[in-house]
Amino acid sequence: MDVRLLDAEPTASERDAVDAFLGPSLAIWAGADAVDDGRAAHGGHAARAQRHLLLPTLHALHERAGWISPGGLNYVAQRLTVPPADVYGVATFYALFSVDERPPRVVHVCDDVACRCAGSEALIAQLEERFGPQDTEVDGASWLRSPCLGQCDRAPAALLTEAGESPLERELTMVDAEGVIAILAGGTPPEPPSTTPPQAGEPSLRLLRRVGPVDPESLDDYRAHGGYDALRRALELGPEGVIREVIDSGIVGRGGAAFPMGRKWDAVARQPRRPHYLICNADESEPGTFKDRVLMEGDPFAVVEAMTIAAYATGCEQGYLYVRGEYPLARDRIVNAVELARERGFLGPDILGHGFTFEIEVRKGAGAYICGEETAVFGSIEGYRGEPRNKPPFPVVEGLFRLPTVVNNVETLINVLPIVLEGGPAFAQIGSERSTGPKLFCVSGAVGTPGTYEVPFGTTLRELLDLAGGVTPNLRAILLGGAAGGFVTPDDLDLRLTIEDAREFRTTLGSGVVLAIDDTVDLGRLLMVIAAFMRDESCGQCVPCRVGTVRQEEAVARLLSGRPRGSVQDELALIAEIGQAMRDASICGLGQTASSAIESAIERLGAFA
Amino acid sequence: MFGAGGGTSSYREVEETDLIILWGSNARETHPIFFHHVLKAVHSGARLFVIDPRRTSSAQWADAWLGLDVGTDIALSNTMAREIIHAGLTNERFIERATTGFEEYRASVEPWTLEEGERVTGVPAQVIRELAHAYARADRAILCWTLGITEHVTAVDNVLALINLALLTGHVGRYGSGLNPLRGQNNVQGGGDMGAIPNKLPGFQDVQDDHEARARFEAAWGTKLPPQRGWHLSQMFDAMERGELRTLYVLGENPAQSEADSKRAHELLGGLEFMIAQDILMTGTCEMADVVLPSSASWCESQGGTVTNSERRVQRMQKALDPPGDARDDSWIICELARRLGHDWGQPTPEEAWDELRALSPMHAGMSYARLEELGGIQWPCPSEDHPGSPFLHGRLWAEPIEGPPAPFSVTRWVPPIDELDDDVPIRLTTGRRLDSYNTGVQTGLYRSPLRRGETLDLSPQDAATLDVEPGEIVRVSSRRGSIEAPVRLDTGLRPGLAFMTMHFPDDIDVNILTIDATDPKSGTAEFKATAVRVEKVDGRERAAAGVTSGEAGK
Repeated sequence: MDVRLLDAEPTASERDAVDAFLGPSLAIWAGADAVDDGRAAHGGHAARAQRHLLLPTLHALHERAGWISPGGLNYVAQRLTVPPADVYGVATFYALFSVDERPPRVVHVCDDVACRCAGSEALIAQLEERFGPQDTEVDGASWLRSPCLGQCDRAPAALLTEAGESPLERELTMVDAEGVIAILAGGTPPEPPSTTPPQAGEPSLRLLRRVGPVDPESLDDYRAHGGYDALRRALELGPEGVIREVIDSGIVGRGGAAFPMGRKWDAVARQPRRPHYLICNADESEPGTFKDRVLMEGDPFAVVEAMTIAAYATGCEQGYLYVRGEYPLARDRIVNAVELARERGFLGPDILGHGFTFEIEVRKGAGAYICGEETAVFGSIEGYRGEPRNKPPFPVVEGLFRLPTVVNNVETLINVLPIVLEGGPAFAQIGSERSTGPKLFCVSGAVGTPGTYEVPFGTTLRELLDLAGGVTPNLRAILLGGAAGGFVTPDDLDLRLTIEDAREFRTTLGSGVVLAIDDTVDLGRLLMVIAAFMRDESCGQCVPCRVGTVRQEEAVARLLSGRPRGSVQDELALIAEIGQAMRDASICGLGQTASSAIESAIERLGAFA
Repeated sequence: MFGAGGGTSSYREVEETDLIILWGSNARETHPIFFHHVLKAVHSGARLFVIDPRRTSSAQWADAWLGLDVGTDIALSNTMAREIIHAGLTNERFIERATTGFEEYRASVEPWTLEEGERVTGVPAQVIRELAHAYARADRAILCWTLGITEHVTAVDNVLALINLALLTGHVGRYGSGLNPLRGQNNVQGGGDMGAIPNKLPGFQDVQDDHEARARFEAAWGTKLPPQRGWHLSQMFDAMERGELRTLYVLGENPAQSEADSKRAHELLGGLEFMIAQDILMTGTCEMADVVLPSSASWCESQGGTVTNSERRVQRMQKALDPPGDARDDSWIICELARRLGHDWGQPTPEEAWDELRALSPMHAGMSYARLEELGGIQWPCPSEDHPGSPFLHGRLWAEPIEGPPAPFSVTRWVPPIDELDDDVPIRLTTGRRLDSYNTGVQTGLYRSPLRRGETLDLSPQDAATLDVEPGEIVRVSSRRGSIEAPVRLDTGLRPGLAFMTMHFPDDIDVNILTIDATDPKSGTAEFKATAVRVEKVDGRERAAAGVTSGEAGK
């Protein structure tokens, strides 16, 4: 369909990688050599309906070749009848894809906030000295700087990607230059580290209770520890009953926006347009956040069960679990859980004999912070650039494929298990009056024991930090909520961790990041990293954010270099003004919060003063 | 159809239908504006079927493409009809109420089993079945066709065969269901409407059978009108051959270059005693003429006038430019010619001429200039000034009881193309147009287009390999009538044994030297679509001498 192709040809291996994923092509214009006798061909809606396979097809190609060559891109365009310019637009949207030639073996070294607190800059300096500058090939390998890899509790971290016939992706934790160089030289990477949170085994846990003690790859072990009790209870309650419990529980979304989950579910359940879709957004990319990874790695069946209950309540037959590309272990565990659940009749048609059908497709992200935004993930799944959409229409009315859609993140969904088992009113007793239930916090940085902690809402910041082994005396600041959050000072440790207290204190809990920063960290550089991150991750769709994040970074850079334009006060006023414009006029949360950490640092920490 | 030659549906209906068949039409390239309406439908879920020997760019949008053999359209239609009947998918109520001749038609298609259809057309039986069922089951379905249907010796029967399918399924006369020939120019429809066809007076009133209408025209024009039908173009050439036609007045046509078997056309035009050519550009025909009358471009340089598009919408035109030099409006030239021949008609304004038409053609009666202006065009028929115009035709067939005569089924018999393939001329050449050029290039040759690549002989990669020819290589293409040389271009949309050329560059490569002037006796249309040819390598010496057009061949 009007697809004008490039002259570039794919290599046999690239072709094979794409065909292996998509199956053999059916029509000559979709790349088949000679499929029929030239008498009939099918295409049209069926061919164009494959657009949603663009991202996974690009993954298949990238995993084989290590980059997306013009020939490979051309072939993907032809197979999916998508114009090459469109494919290019999508391929270049994601940080993990390269359209420039790259060696097969690449180590992505995190230089983001948490790893920076754990010495990543020193590590990178050693890499530069002993291996070479980033993005420079030495014997089939290279390394790159990367934004947060979600391994903040075991920083500094890196991610190995190795392309080929049997591609390998492996998270590398608590790395040193020695280890990275050995892996770059072809050494075997260590097995993925275990996922055992510091509180493992404590009886008070609800969300983390199985993480650690239970074998995450065994459905039987999951069931021996209460697995699928909640689904059975949900089927007894019926869809309306489940939604009633969720409403009664008072739970709000844990992704940062704090929208009442029961209202969202109820709205989708009532939509007459079918089918409905469920998305579990596990594109957890907020710097400093890693709790969803812990849940997926440690209790993947619980994620599947929670999605199944959500689908049952809201009338969805198809669910997507969109997991960020930087989480290979979490993805493997979830894929395994989905397969085992399907094998045992917990997914598929007629689940547990109740005539209810549900399927989950696991989608792999490719390095785009913005895809954690609830509407951006639609475009990404549909095969377009992951750009947020204007609201209204809200996802509950018009979401994925323009149909009613439930989008929740992993932590939010997992809460449905205790809600259904204990009952909504009982759940509502946990935490504060307006922030109900348990909450996971990602504690990292200058604390005794970094990790994912589960506490009831209303715990104070001090109590949480004490739980994590306490802070060092030279604590300088605490970043709450990640790059989109804000800083508080060591004087603010009595802050009660509830949504309403945070709001009153003009900060946010966001995705649950609690990053303790001591005075060994260069705060100015840290702000520079945050500003650069926002600029890099802005999807560029709306002007305030596209331009604002650049201007903000420039202003921070000028302040940092000690050469402000005008006075320091002028620059600070400019930053405030840019922040206001982005808050007022950006269509999504990225732009609206792109200045919050920097502004809070200026206000509370006296940065640049 | 059924008396009036016009598409039955509005563009808006095309956008809101459930299924579209493009039969013998590469609308993506040849009717790109209409295709946008098709795409709107496709994007809102309508299914598209394309029937064309070539896998065209239109076919690439289709849910299914049926690559029939050239000239087997009636076979395909009859096979679909039998399948629809046998599957019990006919609209029995409609057939009973609004049609005649069903039993005879049913009997005539009975031999056309799916297997027989596959044998004759080459299209796999299950795909024919798929199309038949999809068309019959659709709530709304629109069938569109172009020259792939009409440039055959069985042109009229081809169209009748398609009409049969619509009658069988009731896909005519309802909103979103209809039959639509796509018009190639802004005013092809208007030309027919105004009586520029040999058998009709303006408003599709028969010159021979409709005595009442003829009398009205005679009274208005104050002269006797010959009661017999005139000649169509092919008959004119036959008359030239017989010496009966010796003077020709050509307006806005380029027969020296657009006719099939152009060698013969050239000879006959050259043998005329006197020829006047009236055109906006110096065409090949103008160059042969004794007198050339330069006319203004009616769509931008003439004061007023109307055009009628494929959905029968009559629209006002406005002048944007002054014509160059001595160029004059066609109407001015005609009236001036009349005056000098002794009939002073004055110089009526376009509106005065139009009002005369409205008085004589009932289907235009309600279209005053003021209303045309106000409503942005009106679709005929529009019999009175309080009539809103007619978005679709033949709604009468659904009235209770039906109004007017019922619609007749026609028995359509398949005959193969005249120019048969044999060992000497084994390749089927079909001709058509490309997006960047129009017909003989008179209207497009003066513009540059990044898409234009000059004339090429498009071959399947398999044939090119068999013939041992490379893209860009000059080959000789010969038919039973003549021979030309052209560079080769590979097209994966062609199957082995099928070749394609355009007629856009007659000054460089005159493709119509090859084509056959076998014409449909009913319509006079020549069989441009089916020529038997032989392709041969020429050696390098000849290659240098051959006339390659501008642009990169083979790309």
